Amino acid sequence: MKPPVIWLGTNTCAGDSLSFLNAYDPGYQFFINELVDFRYNYLIGAAEGNTSIQIFESALTELSGQYILIVEGTIPTLFAGMCSIIGYRNGQPWTALQAVKELGAKARYVIAAGTCAAFGGPYSSDPNPTRSLPVHKVLDKPVINVPGCPINPEWMMGTLMHLVRYGEPELDDYNRPKLFYGETIHNLCQRRQYFDDSIFAKKPGEPWCMYKLGCKGPTTYADCPYRQWNGEHLSWPVKANTPCIGCTSPEFPDGDMPFFSHLPDVKLPGIRLSANRFGMLTAAATALGIGAHLAGSIVNGRLFKTWQKGFGTKPKRK
Amino acid sequence: MKKIIIGPFTRANNSCAVEVIVENKKVVDARCKGIFFRGFELILRGKDPRDASYLAQRICGICSSAHATAASLALENAAGIEPPRNGRLLRNLILGADFLQNHIRHLYLFSLVDFITCPKIAPFVPSYSVDKRLPKKENEALVNHFFASVEIGRLAHELVALLGGKAPFSHGILAGGSTVPPSADIIMNFKAKLQKINDFIRNIMVPDVYLLAEAYPDYYEIGSRQPNMLDFGVFPSGERGRRKHFPAGAVINGRLQRVRTALIKEHLSKSWYADAEEPQQPSQAETIPDIKKKGAYSWIKAPRYGKWAMEGGPLARLWIRGDYRRGTGTMDRIIARALEAEKIGLLMESWVNELEPGKPVFTPFEVPPEAEGVGLTGAMRGPLGHWLRIEKGRITHYQVITPTAWNFSPRDNHGRRGPVEEALIGTPVANEKEPVEIGRVIRAFDVCSSCSAHVLSAGKQVQEMVILP
Repeated sequence: MKPPVIWLGTNTCAGDSLSFLNAYDPGYQFFINELVDFRYNYLIGAAEGNTSIQIFESALTELSGQYILIVEGTIPTLFAGMCSIIGYRNGQPWTALQAVKELGAKARYVIAAGTCAAFGGPYSSDPNPTRSLPVHKVLDKPVINVPGCPINPEWMMGTLMHLVRYGEPELDDYNRPKLFYGETIHNLCQRRQYFDDSIFAKKPGEPWCMYKLGCKGPTTYADCPYRQWNGEHLSWPVKANTPCIGCTSPEFPDGDMPFFSHLPDVKLPGIRLSANRFGMLTAAATALGIGAHLAGSIVNGRLFKTWQKGFGTKPKRK
Repeated sequence: MKKIIIGPFTRANNSCAVEVIVENKKVVDARCKGIFFRGFELILRGKDPRDASYLAQRICGICSSAHATAASLALENAAGIEPPRNGRLLRNLILGADFLQNHIRHLYLFSLVDFITCPKIAPFVPSYSVDKRLPKKENEALVNHFFASVEIGRLAHELVALLGGKAPFSHGILAGGSTVPPSADIIMNFKAKLQKINDFIRNIMVPDVYLLAEAYPDYYEIGSRQPNMLDFGVFPSGERGRRKHFPAGAVINGRLQRVRTALIKEHLSKSWYADAEEPQQPSQAETIPDIKKKGAYSWIKAPRYGKWAMEGGPLARLWIRGDYRRGTGTMDRIIARALEAEKIGLLMESWVNELEPGKPVFTPFEVPPEAEGVGLTGAMRGPLGHWLRIEKGRITHYQVITPTAWNFSPRDNHGRRGPVEEALIGTPVANEKEPVEIGRVIRAFDVCSSCSAHVLSAGKQVQEMVILP
């Protein structure tokens, strides 16, 4: 039996479902024919209205404990969740908040697709007008986070296939599969040498290091430089001569904005290092395993937290 | 009175709802309800104006390039700059590719499913089975085309990625121009992919919509409304980008007029937002949610052009161009979308050839500390406007009027219906348990919302369905 999958859209722009359709070998047809029993997706499923509700009801009864629930979007809590309604169940509005709780409780695995579902993302950006929460904040069980704005189709396809064939993938402290989010953009970047040599682009469209144009590669965990986009692996934002805006990060977008302003320069007691020294220092700090008491004074708090958490090594504090 | 609720209304982006009253198996009244609120305009406040072209794309995954375009135009307008010629062409190509992606996916993945018998596997089952009219052989061909369209839709997104790094939410459309300098290898790759897409549109997609029209000729009439339409024009052309390949225009009762943006006002009386005294211009309008407001039934505002509820989308643009003026029914909307895709695909072939390797793609600029800007463009579903105010170098006001706000708007302050509400009037509903007709009419507008339709049958006392408290 193919594993049943329910893909719910909550407060979302549909970007992750659309990106998933860009999957290439396996593509969508192979995916639904051979890999999973794709019971529900709000964007491309044939069911509507009561027919959709039937699918949810049967998942909650017949498929209890068997299905993989994928949630795309944040979960608004303002007005008791009425800013996002999944559908009408027995004539009553069924909010995303109710649906995720109920479907999540009976799911075998829960995956948060995209940064909104994983961490809050753009739809909970300041001032968070709908008081939206990520999936893991409304469920009492582990949620596998597959962030990205949008997800790369292979991050989702790979996570799903790992779950189906080999069980839960190894996760970092943010519950992201290390397989895809195990290293920083900065360390994988084709233009890393330009950074180390202080060759920086001065405006978008130039083929040099994007750091001074605001690139968030140093604090962003994803394999974009290797994997590239979309299904055919043609390009990625830095290859397109623009900064990485950090879209897989828990702090995206608020902590990554302004997108075109660079990260704070590194400060050491008595010394102010400019960006060109930044990479060397990072490498040294990592190689020597400099403890948090020192590293904490090297980089500002947010940067450091992301760094450490992404690696799954908790900051040691004295 | 029997009440049938269709919710969720799938195969559309994001949530909305429609309440329909049926009498003698025909729709006699309809209310479009947006049941989805995010407050993106509030989110944009306080942010760096340069970020809007990336952040505002997150409003919509399927038409993200259009939001990037409107945001870029608004900031360029505020800063008083223009992109170089290459930059403009690259932006046209990215936006054009996203149009193709949208139109192809809309026809096959969203709309077609209402007309054909689908394979008996999830997520095609369970679904409605009524009124499937195509003979077996034709039906089979369309199912094959459905799966082919997934590949072609992906290919269109690959074009966006080629010039913008990724899709959706490409980085290639920003104030100042674009970012991938055209070189021979990229141009050739783009052309080869574009040709595959154009072959599909010409040889498969366009014939398919006429095949549908032949099997469902009644849908030329079903979904008709007064030809009141609007578009802001899309794909700048000429040396300074003043002209548009699809020109702006307002169509009132079928007659073409120039667009006067001063006539655009947002009505709020039926929307869950704190009321303004009078309908406001978007540069002034406020977005303050108020779920308890009496009489309101939608999160969508009601933009009006003077007193007119205007429809946007491919049919409106082709009507304005004079290319297609047969009528305003469901089938006209579907056919116009395919014909527009064909036209855009051909235009893109010429834009690729106009790119000049070695010439600039981006104009550097300083963000003005105090300024206002407007960015108007045609988007996949119709007219899109971004209104921007900058104070002390930050966004202090941002207002977006999306095409779906036009198409799917609720009644205005004077009780006049929105375009989809008008189009639904008279739609037959043969089987209240499987009201497939409603979905066909609504989806032809390509509403950017996961809708919920309430079908109410006349005969008994109707109790107002309270969607939100």
